Amino acid sequence: MTDVLHPPVAVPSHDDHAHDEHHGPTGILKWITTTDHKIIGLSYTVTSVLMLVIGGLFAEIIRFQLATPNGNLVSLAQYNELFTMHGSVMIYLFAGPFAFGGLANIIVPIQIGAPDMAFPRLNALSYWLYLTGAITMLTGFFTAGGAANFGWVGYAPLSNSINTPGAGADLWIGGLLLTGFSAIFTGVNLTATIFYLRAPGMTMFRMPIFTWNMLVTGLMILLAFPVLTAGLVMLYCDRHFATHIYSVAGGGVPVLWQHIFWFWGHPEVYILALPFFGMATEIIPVFSKKPVFGYKGMVFATLSIAALSLGVWAHHMFTTGVVLLPFFSIMSLLIAVPTGIKIFNWIGTMWRGQLWFSTAMLMAIGFVVTFLIGGLTGIYLASPPLDFFTHDTYFVVAHFHSVVMALVLGGMAGLYYWGPKITGYLLDERLGKVQFWFLFIGTQVFTFPQYLLGLRGMPRRVAVYPHDPQWKMLNQWSTIGAILIGISTLIFVVNVAVSWKKHPAGDNPWDAHTLEWFTTSPPPHHNFYRLPQIRSERPTWDYNHPEHRSLGHGKGAHGTAEEVEAQ
Amino acid sequence: MKVEAKLLLGLGLFFGLMCLVYWNWSLENAGGVMMFAGMLLGFLPGGYFYWWSRRMKARPEDDPYATQAGGAGVVGSFPGTSIWPFTLGMGAFFIVLALVFGIWFMVPGLVLVGWAALGGTAEGRRGGKV
Repeated sequence: MTDVLHPPVAVPSHDDHAHDEHHGPTGILKWITTTDHKIIGLSYTVTSVLMLVIGGLFAEIIRFQLATPNGNLVSLAQYNELFTMHGSVMIYLFAGPFAFGGLANIIVPIQIGAPDMAFPRLNALSYWLYLTGAITMLTGFFTAGGAANFGWVGYAPLSNSINTPGAGADLWIGGLLLTGFSAIFTGVNLTATIFYLRAPGMTMFRMPIFTWNMLVTGLMILLAFPVLTAGLVMLYCDRHFATHIYSVAGGGVPVLWQHIFWFWGHPEVYILALPFFGMATEIIPVFSKKPVFGYKGMVFATLSIAALSLGVWAHHMFTTGVVLLPFFSIMSLLIAVPTGIKIFNWIGTMWRGQLWFSTAMLMAIGFVVTFLIGGLTGIYLASPPLDFFTHDTYFVVAHFHSVVMALVLGGMAGLYYWGPKITGYLLDERLGKVQFWFLFIGTQVFTFPQYLLGLRGMPRRVAVYPHDPQWKMLNQWSTIGAILIGISTLIFVVNVAVSWKKHPAGDNPWDAHTLEWFTTSPPPHHNFYRLPQIRSERPTWDYNHPEHRSLGHGKGAHGTAEEVEAQ
Repeated sequence: MKVEAKLLLGLGLFFGLMCLVYWNWSLENAGGVMMFAGMLLGFLPGGYFYWWSRRMKARPEDDPYATQAGGAGVVGSFPGTSIWPFTLGMGAFFIVLALVFGIWFMVPGLVLVGWAALGGTAEGRRGGKV
């Protein structure tokens, strides 16, 4: 343990810093013993992108199976395993950990001027629980009975020991316990870091929106994940210790599992989405050469999305017939309001800005457009009569794939934007733009036929379907979209390989606004040699462009009275 | 401190109201209990922050006029490299495997967790490598 000092304003020469005499272990021992948030965050990012590739391969197999009505690429049992593990890998092992374990872990402490996360060793433990949880869940494929096959939601009567015996289901539960604790610890860490480790002058309403969103995400993790963990422990007891919490036979209630699962599951949707909202909100102002439009509106929209998302869980359960339809319908429709505020603010930020269509900006705009499509179809589904018609059809599948593919676009935007800060080298822009068009067009070609399929009544989670020329054509279009998305992922991997240590980025390649662009790329151990005076939510911009300082909001936005006079 | 307190108390208040409306309207217990717990998660830390915000002067990060020089000093004590998170993680891994493959996995699991608990505590007191 060492005491870390706030860096002084004056610029010290780099050598007189104690942090620089940092001679830790190297190689694999460095990876295993590190407590540095940047290395842990990078491990998280690499692992979760690997999970994206694994989950993506499952998706491609599923799409090839569905390209013909009587596909025989995989057996029906294997198909059940594939769609279960596709959903589980993407939701539990990619989208969440990529955002709050990967990019947020690296960026949030630097954005608020902190030397590290508040609990560095807990942070390291989070990563090890995530990695072992992922290994545990995927081990199911190597057991005799195969991996879990009851859908990524694990609904109660199907997930008991009679309907799905075998180690695969238990490994799924065990993997979720581990990754659940990993998420809880990351939530604790993010919240404590943001509440206690901000640099002097970095008041709450000067934090970058990404940091705000990660704070709210951290609070939502603390509300939601313990519920899932408790539910999983009860499920395990039902399977092995003959309790009857979710089985009617012993006086239990199967729908209780759905309540518990979705009480975690719906906030989880926003735990996944808010970090990517934050990324878009960082990227769009920088490449529009404007401050973000409606800073406080963005913050309050984030807070209201978080608050409302805790009261909408049963809109996944409309067809059970035992939930309060008007309450959940009203709450779900209300979420459209703050989300709409965000969309309008992103447009307002771009409005009359000097737009620079870099790859990161294209990906961010692609995120906004695709998320809007997913969000609008979500409004239809919030209405019970429409939901009765489309529940468990491909319409729902298309809705949430629009949403999560938007998150992939947002995540790619984050990688192109912050990658240079993390590694010190830019990614190739031309390949990046090719990747964007493959990903964006692929996403729309992939989801749009699924909306039509859903309205024509095709149920989800089926491996074969009737010989209907329309269904067949729509499914084949969707498969073409999936192939385009797969190609875009390959282009990304090629891009990382091609531009490996090729184009040095410099400290601030985008002329960006926030504190992470004030330090070197990659940042030194404990992040900062010096810090600028913080007088707005754009400290780096204010420092680099003193003649165009931000018109901040609230007290002290323009500095003390003497500072204002001195200008 | 004040903004943090308001944020958490506000969330707690919102969940409290939602809990009242939902529980009285639906008479469904699982959701009611979970919303009540959500309210507590807002009020408990929020109350703590509120209590402290009235008793301490503004921290440099809460002061809009703070200068970096004025805020100079010890930020906190940070560990260097440490093997104990990895040890603890592997212990937890073995304990989960015990739930699936056989109770004997508990032995290495509990040994690793105990070892990590002792080692981590000792490191916290003594100070590890930086």
